[in-house]
Amino acid sequence: MTALNLAAATQITHQPPRLMLAEPMLTMRGISKNFGDVKAVSDVDVTVYPGEVLGIVGESGSGKSTLLRMMNLEETPQAGSYHLALPGREDRDLFTLDRFERRSLRAQHIGIVYQNPHLGLLMGHTNSGNVAERLLIAGKRNFAELREQARQSLDASEFPVERMDATPRELSGGMQQRVQLAKAIALEPAVLLLDEPTTGLDVSVQALVLDTLKRLQRDRAITMVLVSHDLGVIRTMADRVMVMRRGKVVEQGLADQIFQDPQHAYTQQLVHAKL
Amino acid sequence: MNIEVSIPTTPAPVLRVEGLTKQFKMHHLKRTLFAFDNIDFELREGEFILLKGENGAGKSTLLRTLYRSYLPRGGHAYYHTREGVIDLASAADVDIAVLRRREIGFVTQFLNARPRVAAEEVVAEPLRLAGTYHAEALVEARRWLGAFGVKKQLWAAYPSTFSGGEQQKVNLARALILPQRLLLLDEPTASLDRDARNALVERLTQLKASGVAMIGVFHHPEDVTGLIDQEIALKAVKIEDQ
Repeated sequence: MTALNLAAATQITHQPPRLMLAEPMLTMRGISKNFGDVKAVSDVDVTVYPGEVLGIVGESGSGKSTLLRMMNLEETPQAGSYHLALPGREDRDLFTLDRFERRSLRAQHIGIVYQNPHLGLLMGHTNSGNVAERLLIAGKRNFAELREQARQSLDASEFPVERMDATPRELSGGMQQRVQLAKAIALEPAVLLLDEPTTGLDVSVQALVLDTLKRLQRDRAITMVLVSHDLGVIRTMADRVMVMRRGKVVEQGLADQIFQDPQHAYTQQLVHAKL
Repeated sequence: MNIEVSIPTTPAPVLRVEGLTKQFKMHHLKRTLFAFDNIDFELREGEFILLKGENGAGKSTLLRTLYRSYLPRGGHAYYHTREGVIDLASAADVDIAVLRRREIGFVTQFLNARPRVAAEEVVAEPLRLAGTYHAEALVEARRWLGAFGVKKQLWAAYPSTFSGGEQQKVNLARALILPQRLLLLDEPTASLDRDARNALVERLTQLKASGVAMIGVFHHPEDVTGLIDQEIALKAVKIEDQ
């Protein structure tokens, strides 16, 4: 019997990818964002590969939602760069875009579903109109075509299309999230951002919305970044997980590894508190 | 006069494990749990390794560490991919994800049932992800559901409503539908009925003959006696409190 390998007390350092040949779809480097004296995000790197679902988990104040807002170009950090693998734009740091370029890039290439549907939808407009707005910004003008594309997108989000001419105000929370989702995927975005998409919904409704997201992910291989404080949601959806605390990434890994063999004291506490 | 020269052909290596070590550091208890230490072995194409040892000896832990659901603490697991050798102990997470899709399968008793996905779709999924057409993948999925003894009426139903035994059959059909290079088997026969167990052993025999390498933990090793090439005995590592 050989001596116990007590020296192996530290974690093995991982090598750079060799088998994954695709370039990352989303790359953020050295992101730091302060609000006054508060460091919301400090020196965070994010890499998401095409077709992957990255889950970002952490409690309120961990910086996860701020990070997502930066991915949506709603906020600009004090330091750091952001690239999406868009044809012709690979070399452009998206934080250097002006207001108009940002708006057009967001409409064309970034989809987002907010926890609060009021942030994503015009409550008095029709559901189909909310989805078509996205297409209009992207330059589509033919009415019949707009309506048909909106219908297809609502259908893909498993929204009952016979209600496409109602308004979000008349819908349940779960249905409002489906309209947001239809709007977000209408233009086949490079990345779909999900900010607590099922938080606040009934558990059974939550399961159905997550199932729709899973289906879409499987059928279309959409690259997603999902932010949630809910470990169950992250576990259901994510391929890889980043754990954030006080603006920093404390641990990241394959989803099953984060849940079955968490390394950091904070992640262990989080996972054990949940199970 | 004919001289027959027989050249012994050694199957190509699939995995070489050197000094693989796993410990669990449990922060809230301020303790380190030693699972296994300095494991060495080599596995070639078409070989079957049976892991032996008492409960708690680290058999399942070793399988999970090779699959990287657990992070090893030390050592190497050199895996021969179709594109060269990669150390599973230190490969990037995204590379492990690639290998799980293409080359390394993990078979357990437990189905990760998802709501509103039909049994046949669950089984067909690995083929679809590997690029098989939907219709073709479904035909193959139904064939395997049949082989494992899942009743025809259940093929289009959601496995989340099935009994434990039926779920396990769906899970096995899914795990074994796509021939992998390396299969990790974590007590796949536990609580299976005789027919399903026979179908499983038959499939494993087929896969082994086609060159799939396997490492398995079996509650009843007699189920797979004919398949075993090597046995590795694991011992629970004893350690006093620090």
